[in-house]
Amino acid sequence: MNDITVRGGRVLDPANGIDAVADVIVRDGVIAEVGKAAKAPGDVIDASGLVVCPGFVDVHAHLREPGFEHKETVETGTRAAARGGFTTVCAMPNTEPPTDSAGAVEFVLRTAAAKGVVRVLPIGCVTKGRAGHDLAELAELSAAGAVAFSDDGAPVADAALMRRALEYAGMLQTPVIDHAEEPALAAGGVMHEGWVSTRLGLRGVPAAAEESFVARDIALAQATGSRVHLAHVSTAGSVELVRAAKARGAPVTAEVTPHHLALTHEAVLTGPTEGGALAYDTNAKVNPPLRTPEDVAACVAGLLDGTIDCIATDHAPHATQDKLCEFDAAAMGISGLETALALSLTAIPLEAAVERLTAAPAATLGLERHVPGIGSLSKGAPGDVAIIDPEGEWTVEPETFASLGKNTPLTGRTLKGRVVATVYAGKVVHDAR
Amino acid sequence: MIRATSQEQAVAPRSGDERKWTRQHLLDVDDLSGDEIGLLMETADSMKEVLGRDVPRVPTLRGRTVVTLFYEASTRTRASFELAGKALGADVINVAAGGSSVEKGESLIDTVRTLQAVGADVLVMRHGSSGAPHLVARHVRSSVINAGDGWHAHPTQALLDLYTMRAHLGDVRGRRVVIVGDIAHSRVARSNIWLLSNAGAEVTVCGPATLLPAGLRSGDPPVEEPQALPRVNVETDLDAAVEGADVLMALRLQKERMTGGLLPSLREYATLYQLNESRVARAASGALVMHPGPINEGVEISPAVASSLQSVIDEQVTNGVAVRMAALLLMCGVKTG
Repeated sequence: MNDITVRGGRVLDPANGIDAVADVIVRDGVIAEVGKAAKAPGDVIDASGLVVCPGFVDVHAHLREPGFEHKETVETGTRAAARGGFTTVCAMPNTEPPTDSAGAVEFVLRTAAAKGVVRVLPIGCVTKGRAGHDLAELAELSAAGAVAFSDDGAPVADAALMRRALEYAGMLQTPVIDHAEEPALAAGGVMHEGWVSTRLGLRGVPAAAEESFVARDIALAQATGSRVHLAHVSTAGSVELVRAAKARGAPVTAEVTPHHLALTHEAVLTGPTEGGALAYDTNAKVNPPLRTPEDVAACVAGLLDGTIDCIATDHAPHATQDKLCEFDAAAMGISGLETALALSLTAIPLEAAVERLTAAPAATLGLERHVPGIGSLSKGAPGDVAIIDPEGEWTVEPETFASLGKNTPLTGRTLKGRVVATVYAGKVVHDAR
Repeated sequence: MIRATSQEQAVAPRSGDERKWTRQHLLDVDDLSGDEIGLLMETADSMKEVLGRDVPRVPTLRGRTVVTLFYEASTRTRASFELAGKALGADVINVAAGGSSVEKGESLIDTVRTLQAVGADVLVMRHGSSGAPHLVARHVRSSVINAGDGWHAHPTQALLDLYTMRAHLGDVRGRRVVIVGDIAHSRVARSNIWLLSNAGAEVTVCGPATLLPAGLRSGDPPVEEPQALPRVNVETDLDAAVEGADVLMALRLQKERMTGGLLPSLREYATLYQLNESRVARAASGALVMHPGPINEGVEISPAVASSLQSVIDEQVTNGVAVRMAALLLMCGVKTG
């Protein structure tokens, strides 16, 4: 394997507290050195004027394979990841069949090894068939390589079952990721309940649907001592609940998506272009829904003060026909891997964004246990490097996405923050120099 | 108003009128200008005159095709558009989603493209999903008239309501209009809130808290937001709401609202929110009683009030044809001045 020297960039390695101009040398697929290389071995990537950081880690993405290959595959999803600077993607188990057995976990790992361009870490189901009735064989899932458990797309609605899941998963030192949403309160809702839903005549999902389950999950985490990771926190109330829980020492972590850091429910109203007829933009239909400016501000503040641990994309690719239909009928989700960095940079400073996309997510799910050194540029860590131009402007053109999911509410938006190149395990997997 | 003598003149408003109808689609009422509303109302006057003739027909839209595409059950709106189209000499084709390829799983966009391909000049569309006509309008060259989408809008209903109010009250500016019933799930309420507020009326919505939409109830958005529904008075006590009102409009209570904990019983609803004689007596003398239909007599309105002298419910239906003729005419780009 060729060596790679990433030369002369501003190295940001939050895990090691490094922020300095340096060279990063990747040898035999792992980080060999960060410093001043006397001579640059192997292929040289000139990173002068650019930022060099660990490859991003996404703890929440939907790769859709098996079962929904028209929306995304492991191959296209990991290509999208590479274009977005991600070198690790945790794959949510709401496939068909769902990832609720050791065999299903092995399928994802085998497909990723054969066709994936970056690392895929599978997440297993909490319950059999994601049906919410019986626990999946969590120990087997874990032994097969599942790094966390989740029925994402749906909550574990039964509180007693959630309690048992936490107790059992705690035994395996593996977090349960909950999609916190009270099903009855959210039933039929297609966007945030507020003045925009009232204006558009669409059924809303109240903030309380999320907050009541966040409160429940916190109580259960405290009661069991097992860790709950809250997926895609989206309301000011949730942030406040997590903040208070963490102050009490409750074993709770949380993530936020780039779109919840940057977009509000008004995106449904106006669509990518302002003015004109009402947009009813199905590309802004996502679960949890885009919320109010106050919620966005609270999520940003929570991410910056450590209440929210990390950024996760909730990359949810869909086929064109899934979105080109009535708003009520449209699928929920945003194709997010390829816009994650730029969208995050609209909300928080570069240094914070890099930390919340690298060291933080790796620590949040305890991925170090599975991949030593992940999310860092430590010597011996995986040779995963993202080279980014934080000032680089680009226009979002979904047709250029590597993802099969062209569903983004950002079409035509000019954003700052370009991923120039991505190196995964010592191989250049994305190159836009 | 000009009383035209010949059929062709029947659709021409006063000469020298510079106002023109430039709108391709009629999806909402919120952005209609005062001029556009005026043009619609005056055209509707002419249409009403046509409808009063022995042979209520003009050939103005001969050769034009109007397609009504209804994904939801409707009696009066669909019939009224059909009558309107026929009175103007257009070919009218009715497509009910029940009896079409929609049942075979054809997408909305494919369906409307097909209807366009067979020559629809105007697509009159009703759909259970809010925003469905907006989607269609982006994908066809035909004009789209929204005949009701989900909970969102029912423009021609609001226009005929305004037309009926004007016929009795003149200008509605400063007039107090109370809309009572299931505001949350009502496209009629939303379109009336926009149109009446923009026309300067003072609108009060009244109903149980469970049937008032979240945004209106809680003062959300907190600041004036041009994209939000206009601010209206919100009242849960009907006796207080009707005090001195000029117009009392009851909405149909859908029976399915009984599920999901929105209402304890029809009986309790009728006790609290029925337009009855004692409540009408609290309103301004001669206040208009309106209802978009169909009526659940004895639920949202008492039979005596529905058939009282103050009730203009039947007139609403008649005016509906005239207003829809006006809309079809204007959408077909007939020269108006």
